[in-house]
Amino acid sequence: MQIEQVVRTRREVLVAGAGAAALAALPWTPSLAASGEVDALIKKVAGDSKISEGRISLDLPGIAENGLVVPLNFSVESPMTADDYVKSVHFFADGNPNPQVADYTFTPLSPKAAAQLRIRLAKTQTITALAIMSSGEVFSTKKEVKVTIGGCGG
Amino acid sequence: MTSKVTPRVRMPATAKTGEIIEVKTLISHEMESGQRKDAAGKIIPRHIINKFTATFNGQEILSADWHPAISANPYQSFSVRATQSGKFVFSWFDDDGSVYTSEHQITVS
Repeated sequence: MQIEQVVRTRREVLVAGAGAAALAALPWTPSLAASGEVDALIKKVAGDSKISEGRISLDLPGIAENGLVVPLNFSVESPMTADDYVKSVHFFADGNPNPQVADYTFTPLSPKAAAQLRIRLAKTQTITALAIMSSGEVFSTKKEVKVTIGGCGG
Repeated sequence: MTSKVTPRVRMPATAKTGEIIEVKTLISHEMESGQRKDAAGKIIPRHIINKFTATFNGQEILSADWHPAISANPYQSFSVRATQSGKFVFSWFDDDGSVYTSEHQITVS
């Protein structure tokens, strides 16, 4: 009986080894953010407003080879006039230790509610973008990014 | 790993009235996330740029709150409108209280 427990098949050893290697490669200790945290953050920003799909164009790679530098381009459809503009745009990453990524505040002086930046992603996860309009309307869009090598660590 | 923080901004010095121009910015900064550990297993404290602002003649165009999920040496580009000649000021706010700024004069014809 005892011998059976000790002797492992080649496959078991390989699987165990791979698991240990994956654990060792994990760059952080704190637990990753749960999607519940993202929901709470969205609620904090959007309040009880109805969230609609669309208006936001979120450009992220489908597969990111390096999670340390993932290009994120966004733009929100809006005339950007004094009485109809995008107030703010928020980004959340449900698989990062801290789900907050960036919060942009625009004014009618911005000709476009758009920017390009570079973000870190710990692992394969979904990015949520949330846009708050001056009218109080809220729009949201999501995109999944597959990450080959996680960011935030060494 | 503390090195000199240098903001770099690329934008035209002249523009036509009403023209939408693209501003590209880059600042050298490690953006220490506060998640990493050093060789001794101690957590390296967070040290990032947590805010960026762009103003024209003192009026805010846009601002951004950044979290540790922003990559090292943060790059950012965005658009501004050339309404009149004046001065753009771009500012980056460090966790340690430092503020790095870059000023750009534009002539609008």
